[in-house]
Amino acid sequence: MPGMTIVEKIFARNSGEEHVKPGDFVVVDVDLAVMLDMSFLATERRKILKVHDPNRIAVVFDHMVPAADKRSAEAHAYGRDFVRRFGIKRFHDVGPEQGISHAVVADRAYALPGTVLVCSDSHTCASGAFNCAARGVGAPDLLAAITIGQTWFRVGETVRYDLSGRLPRGVSAKDLFLHLAGTWGHHTNQNVEFGGPALPGLGIDARRTLAAMGAELSAEFATFEPDDRLIDYVRERNLAPFTPQYPDEDARYVERRAVNLDDMRPLVALPDAVIGNSVPVDEVAGEPIQQAFIGSCANGTLEDLAEAARVVKGRKIAPWVRFLVTPATQAVFSAALRWGYIATLMEAGAVVTPATCGACFGGHMGVLGPGETCITASTRNFKGRMGDPSARIYMASPATVAASAIAGQIAAAAEITGDSA
Amino acid sequence: MISGKVWKFGDDINTDLMLPGPLLFATEEEQKRAVFAANRPGWVDEVGAGDIIVGGLNYGMGSSRPAARSLRNLGIAALLAESINGLFFRNAVNFGLLALECPGIYAAFEEGQTAEVSLKDFTVRNRDTGALLKAQRIPAMLLDLMTQGGLYPHLERQGLIEPKAVDN
Repeated sequence: MPGMTIVEKIFARNSGEEHVKPGDFVVVDVDLAVMLDMSFLATERRKILKVHDPNRIAVVFDHMVPAADKRSAEAHAYGRDFVRRFGIKRFHDVGPEQGISHAVVADRAYALPGTVLVCSDSHTCASGAFNCAARGVGAPDLLAAITIGQTWFRVGETVRYDLSGRLPRGVSAKDLFLHLAGTWGHHTNQNVEFGGPALPGLGIDARRTLAAMGAELSAEFATFEPDDRLIDYVRERNLAPFTPQYPDEDARYVERRAVNLDDMRPLVALPDAVIGNSVPVDEVAGEPIQQAFIGSCANGTLEDLAEAARVVKGRKIAPWVRFLVTPATQAVFSAALRWGYIATLMEAGAVVTPATCGACFGGHMGVLGPGETCITASTRNFKGRMGDPSARIYMASPATVAASAIAGQIAAAAEITGDSA
Repeated sequence: MISGKVWKFGDDINTDLMLPGPLLFATEEEQKRAVFAANRPGWVDEVGAGDIIVGGLNYGMGSSRPAARSLRNLGIAALLAESINGLFFRNAVNFGLLALECPGIYAAFEEGQTAEVSLKDFTVRNRDTGALLKAQRIPAMLLDLMTQGGLYPHLERQGLIEPKAVDN
């Protein structure tokens, strides 16, 4: 029997099967099911009569926080009731412990290496950074995970990305993602696995960006190989025992692709899609913008805010541009305050919002109007994603978005900071 | 045997086209009326119960939103595509929309032709041209959920969730 990839090993462990391979159908135990405020919307929710294990549930309010309207306020109230009724301990309500669910899960290291995690949001794959088989499921799937404690997976082929080198200054994991999406397109029904000698030099925040964007590759799972840096990160935050999963030496991959991070350059995805839609920033430089946004589970990390602050430090955003920054969690917001990033961003003219999915999904706090152009460091640029369907959404790294806010048009960060590319 | 008139859509049809963000908080009836409003306005008035969607590669990429439910509520008898995003496929199972991956399907049909789907042997036939294609098999458990109303009735029968109250 050939060896197994990371997710195949996690599936085997959680399904009780000795060996799992592409084409298999597995029913697995779920280690953590994460519910959102959206799980409690009156139009969508079902009354849960029993839960499998309250300690395997976390509840995080993130999409409409603080409550943006009466519907979300009612959903929050219903959710608080649910938490009390079933004694859910890991509850992240509006307040200092709140944030975008995938980022809260990262801050707290709820996503343990070698485990299965599900949540009814497509970017749940972000927790793949933690060597976790994490994926977005539908709301009914999530209820099944909560009430039965299990879910099902179809086992897809795995594409292995062997990363070497180091990202140049001003180039981020978002640019690496845009390179992957532009070069290889969608990964429908496939898992992606990241490893290689670049890992020790790739921070946890950068890995989270890349894993979150796995959803935009249309991948099933996006999982990182564990290393000391990851294991130390988790142990500092979560006392629970875990068993990291490494791929077998003879793991079977449908394809292995080598990517040298030294070669990465700032890229921008053109509006409406990220699949096969990336161009070098210079090709679209000069495109006027009305809004620049940095946030979401993919780009609201402390590292992202630091990078944005570095680019705008001592500068002012262009007239007629709205520069919105949404830290991914209130804990990240606090840390960014302590590091001085928030002051730098605000002095440049940024509006810093509380942690929320907000503008990324066109929900609130930064919705686009007809015909507007936005450059965003968030998860998705589908037509109509951030508001009016006639708005155009370019996607780029936090550095490129910050530089564009200063220039009032799409611009390379190196042009603003004077760094050589 | 399931048969229906074919409507064709291309590659990378995303969830937001089927269920636009501003409708996330709306009723199922309102959501149903908004399907493909941005890329094919007026389509919901042309499509009929029992019709079939033929898609290209990577059908349904995007969000966990219940876009498959809107297609089911329009009466779509089957979604047949070259490939289907895994999360959209889950929601097809969850909400009882028959969804099959069928390589070659896009080229095999013109819009308006009639597709015949057999779940006995997982084949799709073009009634107008006679072309016969093999669809990917689906595990029995998932096919049962897809064809019997999805996951909620299953959870209701086990007493895990309360049946949905009738909206007033």
